[in-house]
Amino acid sequence: MKIKFHHIIIALLLATTGCKKDNYDAPSATLSGHLIYQGEHVNVEYNQVPFQLYQPGFGKTGAINGTFDQDGAYSTLLFNGNYKFTIAANQGPFLWKELAGGKRDTLAITMSGSQTLDIEVTPFYMIRQATFTAAAGKVNTTFNIEKIITDSNAKDIESVSLFINKTQFVSGNSDNNIARTDLAGSAITSLNNISMNVTIPALVPTQNYVFARVGIKIAGVEDMIFTPVTKVTF
Amino acid sequence: MKKISFITIYAALLITVSCKKDSDFLDVPPKQVITAEVAFSDPNLVLSILGDLYNRQRDFSSLDGFTNEPGWRTFADFSEAFPSENGSYFLVQRTGWGYNEWAIWDYTYIRELNLFIQRATAATELTDADKNRFIAEGRFLRANYYFELVKRMGGVPLITEPLDYDFSGNVSVLQVPRAKESDIYDFIISEAEAIKGLLSVGLTDKSRATPGAVLAMEARAALYAGSIAKYGVTTPQVALSGGEVGIPSSMANGYYTKALAAAQAIITGTAGSYSLYRQLPDLSDNFANLFLDKNSSESIFVEDFKANGGKTHGFTTNDQPYSISDEGLDAGRLNPSLNLVEAFEKLDNTYAPLATNDAAGNPIFYTDQLDIFAGRDARLAGTVLLPNGLFKGKRTEVFAGYQLGNGTIITSGDATLPQDVPGLGRVQVVGKDGPVNGAEFRTQTGFYIRKYLDPTVGSGRRGRGSDINFIRYRYAEVLLNAAEAAFELGQPAVAAGYLNQVRSRAGLTVPLTVGDITFDRIVHERRVELVFEGHTLFDMKRWRLATVVWDGNQMTVADLVSNIGNARKRNTQPFGLWPYKYYNPGNINNGKWLFKEVKPSPVTGANRFQLGNYYSQISDDILSANPKIVRQPNQ
Repeated sequence: MKIKFHHIIIALLLATTGCKKDNYDAPSATLSGHLIYQGEHVNVEYNQVPFQLYQPGFGKTGAINGTFDQDGAYSTLLFNGNYKFTIAANQGPFLWKELAGGKRDTLAITMSGSQTLDIEVTPFYMIRQATFTAAAGKVNTTFNIEKIITDSNAKDIESVSLFINKTQFVSGNSDNNIARTDLAGSAITSLNNISMNVTIPALVPTQNYVFARVGIKIAGVEDMIFTPVTKVTF
Repeated sequence: MKKISFITIYAALLITVSCKKDSDFLDVPPKQVITAEVAFSDPNLVLSILGDLYNRQRDFSSLDGFTNEPGWRTFADFSEAFPSENGSYFLVQRTGWGYNEWAIWDYTYIRELNLFIQRATAATELTDADKNRFIAEGRFLRANYYFELVKRMGGVPLITEPLDYDFSGNVSVLQVPRAKESDIYDFIISEAEAIKGLLSVGLTDKSRATPGAVLAMEARAALYAGSIAKYGVTTPQVALSGGEVGIPSSMANGYYTKALAAAQAIITGTAGSYSLYRQLPDLSDNFANLFLDKNSSESIFVEDFKANGGKTHGFTTNDQPYSISDEGLDAGRLNPSLNLVEAFEKLDNTYAPLATNDAAGNPIFYTDQLDIFAGRDARLAGTVLLPNGLFKGKRTEVFAGYQLGNGTIITSGDATLPQDVPGLGRVQVVGKDGPVNGAEFRTQTGFYIRKYLDPTVGSGRRGRGSDINFIRYRYAEVLLNAAEAAFELGQPAVAAGYLNQVRSRAGLTVPLTVGDITFDRIVHERRVELVFEGHTLFDMKRWRLATVVWDGNQMTVADLVSNIGNARKRNTQPFGLWPYKYYNPGNINNGKWLFKEVKPSPVTGANRFQLGNYYSQISDDILSANPKIVRQPNQ
């Protein structure tokens, strides 16, 4: 078959129209920040404390879900517009303001370009001055606990745990620790100078360091609050 | 002239044909659709509609599975079993469940049930007896589906009439908010009370609604509601202020009373004659047979299957022992865990781990592999196919290797790979049926499933399949429901009476006394009697024990063998019990068996049940379509 001039025209037309770009650009504005209390990061378990972002008046009413990192960091890519940020009930080792009728308070966020926004929360407890040292096949730690919420919302310590792991993901999740010791809340007499230790098990393949952190399990709260992850070399 | 007459005739013909009315020509009744009036004029047609509705019931565990979910795998979770299939190790590798796990929301089904009830009620050409039965069946299925919804989702929109859109642009009348969790349970109970009288006690078809099935559903639902009310106080976070999730503790006694009354209505025989299955002299065989016998006096409501009749399932194909398989390499997926096996108590009503080592830590040797399991609850061998157990006249061959006098273990990756054993030459060193870490379709825990495993010739073939029934409600569960309700109402003597009936059928002839009846006993009895029947998750949820037993921590062998019988015992990872053959010529124990507790190597995760798992997520699609629906707590 002979290729005629108008065939080429049609092919060109198809090619040009077919290459039209998608209607929407991908979201490009980054919203990021940390969970903080008085300027300090609130450390939580990786991927376990979720937050929700709603964009009212646009599309479906479902939330954009995300979770906080170990050091309380979060980041999400959004379109420019107005959002509302909230954390679901009973999530996180901190108090989140509640409105009348048990509704969760929201934080209005206007996105126009990227922004950094730290989320101020009030944790039940904070762990202070934690030090980690390795000696004789053990990781030793000493730390103080500060009880932040002391009013009617105060909650007791259920237990305190020292976790170590081969990687920098350290928590009570069975994948995220190779050894742990627990200290029952009832055994804690003073909140200052608490010391704990955990035996380092055989590491395969061998490495001369572990990552350690201490977490507090608060009675009636699912998520633990932690110290920052510390690399302990031995 | 001739021409004119032709034209005239032709024109006349055209006119008469074209004068046919449009409506006559266009309104042809469709041949493939039957109108509601026609369908509801003949009981056989109604039954065929009802058959479809029966088929669409939702169970938690199902022998024939669901879309993208093979039947055997619906039994495999919660550390009660290990999945021996490469594509299913995620069950033991994940560290928890997503919030959307177990969610259902089939309002299409509810609408069709509502339509069915409406049309059956309006039918004029059915006899009153037929009509009443059909309406009662529709209402039973609807109540049973609401029960399934409330177990998984908590309070849901309660819709009892088919909703129709009037094309006005306003959909708010169709947007129904969630009812209280207690309202849904109340609805189930009141429906059961209303329809039990519409069904005749003489009905014998156990795959259709009977007064017994209705009462069994009522007893279970009332018991669930009662325990959520009572034990919900331990997890105050799992509640919504509107009552969509959570039941006030003041309602507990009322529900327990209703549960006990409904269960006792079955026990006293007013709903038809049901009894514990006692047909075979061997109590283990008897227990296994209660699931195989289609005429079992114990089953109350079943999902029926028929071989060569179009409705079969692959449970036996998927789970038969590897060396006794009807279908070559297709076998052995569902392996009960040692965690479960240890839970079966000894015949003197005490709990003890299987004795693998003596007090000094030396292995105990057994002449026969089955000896280690001797003197236990007969339901153990009836539920689990033990090593060297009998199936279809053959014994399974389960051993993990040879152990020599110096402690050396000689093993290989497959039964077909022989190894040198000093003094024996090159011999087979592992059993044809396993266990080898990571060898799929063979047991990796040392155990195979026996419950529902069909010994009929050909039942393990993919083509024929098995037609063993799935029992949704059975008499032993009714007794246990009655026992639990009586215990919670402060009547331990009544509870002991019902528990002892179930236990004596299992060979536990020393009766429990009133003082023995504790909450832990009730939890334990339900576990060993009803395991692999779809109760595990819902029982743990309603007692609010799920966050305790599935706490996300790794287990050790020391954890495994301690605190047996404690309802709060951790159960996050499935273990196995591996037999080894002892080879030490000259030693008194040469040729005997020793056992080791083993965590199969694919088990890396530990089950972690979070507060947000107590009620499954309502998806954003549903929340968007109906803004009146409140989100689940913790989500």
